[in-house]
Amino acid sequence: MAETPDQRRNASGERGVVATDPALPPTAIDEEVREAEERKWTPGKIALWAGIALLGGLAWFMLAIIRGETVNAIWFVFASVCTYLIGYRFYSKVIERYITRPDDRRATPAEYKADGKDYVRTDRNVLFGHHFAAIAGAGPLVGPVIAAQMGYLPGTIWIIIGVVLAGAVQDYLVMFFSMRRGGRSLGQMAREELGVIGGTAALIATLLIMVIIVAILALVVVNALGESPWGVFSVGLTIPIALFMGVYLRYLRPGKVMEVSLIGFVLLMAAIVGGGIVAETPWGADIFSLDKVTIAWGLIVYGFIAAILPVWLLLAPRDYLSTFMKIGVIVMLALAIIVVRPEITVPAFSEFASRDNGPVFPGALFPFLFVTIACGALSGFHALISSGTTPKLVEKERQTRFIGYGGMLMESFVAIMALVAAISIDRGLYFAMNSPAALTGGTVETAATWVNSLGLAGVNITPEFLSQTAANVGEESIVSRTGGAPTLAVGLAHIMQQFIGGTAMMAFWYHFAIMFEALFILTAVDAGTRVARFMLQDSIGNFVPKFKEHSWRPGAWLCTAIMVGAWGAVLLMGVTDPLGGINTLFPLFGIANQLLAAIALSVCLAIVAKRGTFKYLWIVALPLSFAAVVTITASYQKIFSSTPAVGYFANNAAFSKALAEGKTEFGTAKSVAAMEAVVRNTAIQGWLSVIFVVLSIIVIATALLATARAFRNRADGTAVQDNEDPALPSRVFAPAGIIPTPAERELMAEWDKVPAELRFERGGHH
Amino acid sequence: MAAGLAVLTRGVRGVARYFGGVLGADAYAKYLEHHRAAGHVEAPLTEREFWRDRTDRQDSNPQGRCC
Repeated sequence: MAETPDQRRNASGERGVVATDPALPPTAIDEEVREAEERKWTPGKIALWAGIALLGGLAWFMLAIIRGETVNAIWFVFASVCTYLIGYRFYSKVIERYITRPDDRRATPAEYKADGKDYVRTDRNVLFGHHFAAIAGAGPLVGPVIAAQMGYLPGTIWIIIGVVLAGAVQDYLVMFFSMRRGGRSLGQMAREELGVIGGTAALIATLLIMVIIVAILALVVVNALGESPWGVFSVGLTIPIALFMGVYLRYLRPGKVMEVSLIGFVLLMAAIVGGGIVAETPWGADIFSLDKVTIAWGLIVYGFIAAILPVWLLLAPRDYLSTFMKIGVIVMLALAIIVVRPEITVPAFSEFASRDNGPVFPGALFPFLFVTIACGALSGFHALISSGTTPKLVEKERQTRFIGYGGMLMESFVAIMALVAAISIDRGLYFAMNSPAALTGGTVETAATWVNSLGLAGVNITPEFLSQTAANVGEESIVSRTGGAPTLAVGLAHIMQQFIGGTAMMAFWYHFAIMFEALFILTAVDAGTRVARFMLQDSIGNFVPKFKEHSWRPGAWLCTAIMVGAWGAVLLMGVTDPLGGINTLFPLFGIANQLLAAIALSVCLAIVAKRGTFKYLWIVALPLSFAAVVTITASYQKIFSSTPAVGYFANNAAFSKALAEGKTEFGTAKSVAAMEAVVRNTAIQGWLSVIFVVLSIIVIATALLATARAFRNRADGTAVQDNEDPALPSRVFAPAGIIPTPAERELMAEWDKVPAELRFERGGHH
Repeated sequence: MAAGLAVLTRGVRGVARYFGGVLGADAYAKYLEHHRAAGHVEAPLTEREFWRDRTDRQDSNPQGRCC
């Protein structure tokens, strides 16, 4: 007989097969006690949840139905937080009850593989922060800004509803299943669950997707730093600061992480202030005003060196700095928005919501809004973090709901705040900043004329306003600063100066925002290059075994060079693209990220089916089919659309035809070389889209096959192979959520009475 | 007044400890705890050795950072 968890429960009347040590208190809350506690609705509890539901409903009503002339930003906070709370309390509980079915009597990898280094039981609240810092970066700060072209409502709905039904579900499931497998990576799980074909396709797709993601993140940094001496100086200084921190931690005071992070933070602030002073001197402006191509090359060289330097010297210290900034900045942004409560004048649906020729990103609302906002709603990249590192640190199985599902809700909240910051600035300014130079003309006069000619309701900007804003934030120009980061920085500066410092502080806040975004991205670029290099080394190692030796320098350097070369090529293509770069490449970023989500969800689907849970399979199938439909439609349009702005090949054909006809300029390309660049770029982008979508369809198809096979096996009673690690009894207890329940408190008190020498498994086995 | 100050100090300490945990500053303390609990006979790594080993292992075991 196939033994599925369902049947085990039915047969023995209780769940699991683990016998825990009778000398110890229980390692899990008694099923019935917990059930009774959860199902008991006291009047206070009813009032609380009714209050949350009413407030959330009111906020959604204000955002979606009333939509007055202006909307106060506080409604975004209420709508999102109330929806998250409801999703967390009710939907994630459904997932826990019917799909993951955690068993706290089982030891987690952090317990049964404990080594004091990689596998360490970590307090749930600390691990929540740790996991959040690993998943959240520049992504949720950039996508919503770009998507604001459509108005505030589509993005808001997708970020909030998407995370509850899709993004957080993916993160939670991947984390849980990886934890049950000793912390195995997504790639390993794909191979196990989907077989050789599906596993290989998933691996290649993951590798390519990482290249695209790193390249486009790098493009965001380049766009933010181009022609900005202040930005180049202060972001450039993060490298010596990190090197100093690395040496400090290795030789001067090992292990003083908090101390060195504080020192690093002070130096970072000094770098921002110093950047302002240096940029005002003639020599400073001279040395540090770099054009985008130079910065891109600098970043490529930096990326290679950073990826082959030892971790302690650059990556580890910058990671501390980046985590430190991340949490600080997000708390600050939330506080500022709640205190300042800016009025939003952007319409719920903009003029571009019903068109497919928006200047910031082309394509219709469906599907392109859903790929433009990936991080914050559904981000496949998280599956790489949720499998691997975090599962090795989880203390109790039940905590994965709080850490996995809850951590993603937190990232979604960051995305909402980024959206609020971006739409709190003037709408004309938004379009002047986010449209490519090919459209705005690059000067304040041409940009103002062009923006006013768009015929957007309530938009009328003057060249003086654009120059004044640039001067306020300490930049030469803010016209066509695409990529989302500068817009967010202006929005943040706009809000923060009302909170602290006034207009005089705007330039500081602007560069503060640029600095932390650059910091997050550089860390992601570094770590991404390293992870990709190891994946490549392992793949080549299947044919040339020598490559599997990670310490073999030539192999490591060659693979690093290949990965850096790959993303570097895409980055240069974006920087030099006559059509604008961000608007042609950003959709590819979102598509790549969500195809990865589709792959991760496919693996989860197969696992859930193999565990014999068919009735609730829809919980996984729903986000999977949505991600699949969105990304495959978006890819289809990018490949086959006859509208040149949307379809890569249509654009390619139009420019090839113009070249064949002997034209010397066409559309926004003003020279033959530029036209040739467009032909080359669109061909590469088009073929990349083709490869992505084909690989993903293979993965999804193999997952569907595995699911069907599981269904058949279940029907005819064949044993289903389970890839989980064997269940071992746990010897510890810890509460599941942020606040312990009364029953958990009682049990914790019981555990406190246990003598220390009994609490942990005694060694001798090492 | 003094009681208020004590509460404040405790609060600040708690926040600092939490932050340190998130950054991973307490890794050595946790390693020692594990070492003791597991009953190893040989002496534990010194603080310097531990942090060296920790970053050196990351060289061949990179952790992803997300976008």
